[in-house]
Amino acid sequence: MLDSTPKELKERRFGVINPAKTCQPLGAMYAALGLHRCLPHSHGSQGCCSYHRMHLTRHFRDPIMASTSSFTEGSSIFGGAANLKTAIRNVFEIYNPDIVAIHTTCLSETIGDDLPSFLGTIDIPAGKRIIHANTPSYAGSHITGFSSMTRAMVDYFAEASLPEKKEQVNVLPGFVNPGDMREIKRIVRTMGLEPILFPDTAGVVDAPMTGQFSMYPEGGARVEKIIDAGNSRYTLALGLFASSDPAMLLERKCGVEEILLKTPIGIKATDNLLMALRFGFLREISPELAEERGQLVDIMTDTHFHFHGKKVALFGDPDIVSALTEFLLSLGMQPVHVLTGTPGKAFENEVGTMLEEAGIRGRVKAGGDLFEFHQWIKNEPVDLLIGNTYGKYIARAEDIPFVRMGFPNLDRSVHSYLPVVGYKGAMRIIEMVSNALLDRVDRDALDEDFELVM
Amino acid sequence: MGLREQDIDSILDVYPAKVKRNRKKHILLRDTALETQEIEANARTIPGIISNRGCAFAGCKGVVLGPLKDFVHIVHGPIGCAYYTWGTRRNKARIEDPKQYFLNYCFSTDMQESDIVFGGEKKLAGMIDEVVETFHPNAIAVTATCPVGLIGDDIQAVAREAEKRHGVPVMAFNCEGYRGVSQSAGHHIANNGLMEHVIGRGDLEEPPTRFAVNMLGEYNIGGDSWEIERVLRDIGYEVIAVMTGGGSFETLKNAHVANLNLVQCHRSINYIADMLEKKYGTPWLKINFIGINNTIQSLRNMAVYFGDAKLQERTEEVIAREMSRVEPVLEQYRKICQGKTAFCFVGGSRGHNYQGIFAELGVETILAGYEFAHRDDYEGRAIIPQIKINADNQNIPELTVEPDKKRFRMKVSPEKMAELQEKIPLCEYKGMIVEMQSSSLIVDDLNHFETEAFIERLKPDIFCSGIKDKYVAHKMGVPSKQLHSYDYSGPYYGFKGAVKFAQDITMGFVSPTWNYITPPWKNKPLLKGDVQKEEVQNVGLYTKRT
Repeated sequence: MLDSTPKELKERRFGVINPAKTCQPLGAMYAALGLHRCLPHSHGSQGCCSYHRMHLTRHFRDPIMASTSSFTEGSSIFGGAANLKTAIRNVFEIYNPDIVAIHTTCLSETIGDDLPSFLGTIDIPAGKRIIHANTPSYAGSHITGFSSMTRAMVDYFAEASLPEKKEQVNVLPGFVNPGDMREIKRIVRTMGLEPILFPDTAGVVDAPMTGQFSMYPEGGARVEKIIDAGNSRYTLALGLFASSDPAMLLERKCGVEEILLKTPIGIKATDNLLMALRFGFLREISPELAEERGQLVDIMTDTHFHFHGKKVALFGDPDIVSALTEFLLSLGMQPVHVLTGTPGKAFENEVGTMLEEAGIRGRVKAGGDLFEFHQWIKNEPVDLLIGNTYGKYIARAEDIPFVRMGFPNLDRSVHSYLPVVGYKGAMRIIEMVSNALLDRVDRDALDEDFELVM
Repeated sequence: MGLREQDIDSILDVYPAKVKRNRKKHILLRDTALETQEIEANARTIPGIISNRGCAFAGCKGVVLGPLKDFVHIVHGPIGCAYYTWGTRRNKARIEDPKQYFLNYCFSTDMQESDIVFGGEKKLAGMIDEVVETFHPNAIAVTATCPVGLIGDDIQAVAREAEKRHGVPVMAFNCEGYRGVSQSAGHHIANNGLMEHVIGRGDLEEPPTRFAVNMLGEYNIGGDSWEIERVLRDIGYEVIAVMTGGGSFETLKNAHVANLNLVQCHRSINYIADMLEKKYGTPWLKINFIGINNTIQSLRNMAVYFGDAKLQERTEEVIAREMSRVEPVLEQYRKICQGKTAFCFVGGSRGHNYQGIFAELGVETILAGYEFAHRDDYEGRAIIPQIKINADNQNIPELTVEPDKKRFRMKVSPEKMAELQEKIPLCEYKGMIVEMQSSSLIVDDLNHFETEAFIERLKPDIFCSGIKDKYVAHKMGVPSKQLHSYDYSGPYYGFKGAVKFAQDITMGFVSPTWNYITPPWKNKPLLKGDVQKEEVQNVGLYTKRT
């Protein structure tokens, strides 16, 4: 497995081998699915749309509907205006969404298609809406695309229509699973607040089986809510990379104050989320959440010997990995290799500072790839690998216990329904991590060392 | 049962007039009384229509080139296209030399904005240099994504220079996603490149045995090719090269010595099959190793081609042995499958090739179609001269090959060829339509709306397609089977594969999970009781009188 990866680290200057990121449009498509009755539209060659739908479908195991401008060689030369016009007309007439969320591709960006001017010439049926985001695949990553489409929602919809701000909170969850979005909403509601969470893919990509296919399931953030987001007191931007940019626009456009937090993975990040709500809205922490926290700490202390001091290599999307690093540190674990494929020095600074404060000498990289990450592991072996499905090659090559977390998870199921955020999510992470480590202990134990109670 | 023309017409009424006119030409109601029936195919997808189709890059890198295991495949472009074709297609390959096996790797030049503005040739050349230094691959394939052609990177020149610099075969494929109308354009581009740069590059002049064959259009999904090779070897054949499942530069370069080319997927590889005939005098035989009867027929046709009594005898021995193993097992599945109906919408050949095994299990294919096939895959190769050249298909360069001065050997004389063609589909493919029953539907480039509408109207027992529409069928309560990836099962080809397929399809039918879709409270009143009695107390599911 991966036998051509040498241990010796050598500087590579060109390209990426075994990426830890994908392109912007995928993130934009996922974000657009988080609007109720929205059809994402990919302005480019039909192959892009096909790939994104396939990848998202494999992760969620649910229908991912999206349309495309289906560029031909002609449209690539003469521009995609005509294709977009035809596409939009057909989409509204045949598939009848309330909103079409258009994102661009490297093809339409390279030829310089100007979406706002195209949209100016398109007749939008009464009561229907179109939004757009520029998502060139040759910059950033799928997280950038997710952020850009979320920003477009703010740009097109949010309005500050009242003189005073309302006692309501906007929550930008970032690129997380619908199970996480549901849990974040539950936490905020348990604090006695009704969140305006967007994008919200809960009920869209984890829709229940009813025997009927619905192109637009019940879930998704409502446009009226996002319009009203301009009247909220605060926006909780969960994750610097996925959520800060749209939150900043919301602050600039509507005067809604941004509170930038980590994705609430682990005890500290969840504490910070609750503290933000407590201070922001002067509400005591609900006994239910306090109890959950107590249970979590109970588990952390009772089982610390299962994971304390273990070395971990983790990779994935920057917001998830940063929060997870923080949690691993609070468990007494040692994240020694931390990598994201998304470019951004802020990630290196944030994670680097955490490791330094914990006294851990580790490697941290943004814009890295899994080829190099694997080499790090060869040079400094670890006890556990955490990452998306692509990590399974490294886990097998180096025979390391492996916990799947983040996007995409293509070879295991149910993950998108169950949260990793909040105190409950933290319990789940501990369970996954401990099980992986203990399964390995059991596997490797000699018969005489094989224990019943651990 | 079955739809009439006017039913189809009314289903399509949802479409705007122009779309309806277009789509009607892609939908055919089979009528066996007619000698020929025409269908429109390989035409542009209408913008806005939710199609299952992919692009030329997907056909070139994803399908044809990707499985070649000792190539480093460098995707020149932004990150996405390399990422989506990394390990997602189940084209398995045995690892003979761990240092020449790169299918678990993904190489991308990861073009950035500055590369788009200033050009990406230097980055590509640099990456090739680094790849050669670290990986020493047998060969390197560079595949282009959309922006490459638009900004004018000359990847052909970069590849030529790199090959000179390193003495390693480096070949470039201009398979930008906007070329052509589907994956199909990419197959053609890949076929041309393999013919130009790989096949015939080896030193072999003669095949190691008379019964030397290549398998073309076989991608070893879930190990299909291994099952076929097992049987072929047992009979006495030598498989020189598989194109391209489990294939390699090392094996493909000597593909010119084979005495017969077997074509499984006509759509994706017929160009090479044709060119091998012209250049080396090797005919091709359309085989189909899916389903017991098709497998047996294909093996017998091969034996007819070689005309060797011993080979024929051994063929029958192996068939008899395999049949005695699988037939009793299949029978138990047949009992469950009998009388069921299927939709079979796949690719450019499987939409046809899977119908035989369904029939053997007693499952009727009531709707079939291809995602990216041409008219010849529906109507047979006789139609090729009549296919019009248009703006979309003219841009894929035809590679003209001449008989190889040194290596051309006419394997079959024109007289013998004519005689064989009477008996077996030698250099011939008759397409899907002739094999379909009257009043079945044939749909080209089936889209989302039609999928939903036809499932609703025809209520198939199983829906066979790919990952994008799989869960649409599930949500409607209809079992589905991915016939691209086999839902991570397989092999489905050959004798053992037929059993595996029957087992999987049956599992779809009998899984108790479908029984829970309707909750127990649906359509049940909350209160239940006899109103004539004086007091009725509701206690959950039961009603208790007091």
